[in-house]
Amino acid sequence: MTAKQGSCPLTQQELVDEYFMEYRAALVAVAAFLDRMDRSIDKNAEHDFRVIALRESLVELTSAEPERVERIQMILSDRDTTLMDERDSQSAYGAFNPESRKPAIEEA
Amino acid sequence: MQYIDMHAHMVSRSTDDYHAMSLNGCVAVTEPAFWAGFDRVSVDVFEDYFNRLTDFEPKRAAKYGIQHYTWLCLNPKEAEDRELTKEVLELIPRFLDRPNVLGIGEIGLNRVTRNELDSFVDHVKLALEYDQPIHIHTPHLEDKWKGSRVIVDTLLGIDGIQPDRVMVDHAEEHTVDFVLDNGFWTGLTLYPTTKASYARAIDILERYGTDRIIVASACDWGPSQPLAVPNFVFEARRRGHDEAWIRKVVYDNPKEFLSKSPKFKLPETLTTLKLNA
Repeated sequence: MTAKQGSCPLTQQELVDEYFMEYRAALVAVAAFLDRMDRSIDKNAEHDFRVIALRESLVELTSAEPERVERIQMILSDRDTTLMDERDSQSAYGAFNPESRKPAIEEA
Repeated sequence: MQYIDMHAHMVSRSTDDYHAMSLNGCVAVTEPAFWAGFDRVSVDVFEDYFNRLTDFEPKRAAKYGIQHYTWLCLNPKEAEDRELTKEVLELIPRFLDRPNVLGIGEIGLNRVTRNELDSFVDHVKLALEYDQPIHIHTPHLEDKWKGSRVIVDTLLGIDGIQPDRVMVDHAEEHTVDFVLDNGFWTGLTLYPTTKASYARAIDILERYGTDRIIVASACDWGPSQPLAVPNFVFEARRRGHDEAWIRKVVYDNPKEFLSKSPKFKLPETLTTLKLNA
């Protein structure tokens, strides 16, 4: 199954006129968050797995190729279908932490 | 617009929410069994929970003209506990004949562990044994793709699975294709931050079409919106979609999928309130 070109019923101009302000606000909010991180009293999460995934996703945002959302979703995903031996926490974190998972012991 | 909310955890919502949903066109909800926000310690708690889902909630909903149906299971967040799972699996058949029980759900995976998968398969086999439709929860956030893949691959390996009687819910952009390509139904659930937004749900529908996709609120005890479906309808109109396109994913499709259970009926006169229920 592939993406359908031309499936959005609005023209580009209509999309910009109707929605630009919403995404301008979202863009400025991300920039402000990154600036806030820089101004933090203790810059102790520069290598946090979520920050790394966020920065990698921001690069993807500037891509000229369609299906950016799928690629960003995959940047944020655990792409290994190996089962965990036991539950490590009840909740997800929003991005995959490669340090959090013990590799499953393969059965003979 | 009249709609069916195929996924709503109404035990976590107030009666005012039923009222608001009714005022906004809701004619039926289906409520999958889920996590209470803490791990339950005894099968007795599940017996109370299933009684609430099959007795109290349908009566509460009926006062606002809403048909209430439910799905039963031990949910994936508690499925690590294999002993409790076995006890709940023994309990479920006692409730399957109740008039508002549509099937087994929402089963699935949470952190995608070995025990969770074993508990998932046990529930699937119970559903097949009792000829029940299945409603499946896919994991959150970074576990979404992995868990959805494991669920689909596991289902395809089980004899007797009929994909058109299975809803693999909570799909997002990176999972919807392989769920649909394998013949299953899928759901787009509308959350403020952790699942699909109104705009992204519409994007997915524009790209993959409206066949076998259902839009629902999945409202629960966390940040969620019991009026998410009417909000989605508003956003889809704003995007330029016509009434038939919208109605298909909020009314026609859920009606078609839920009718896999012979118990699912909508009142002939949808505005009839059962004030004495």
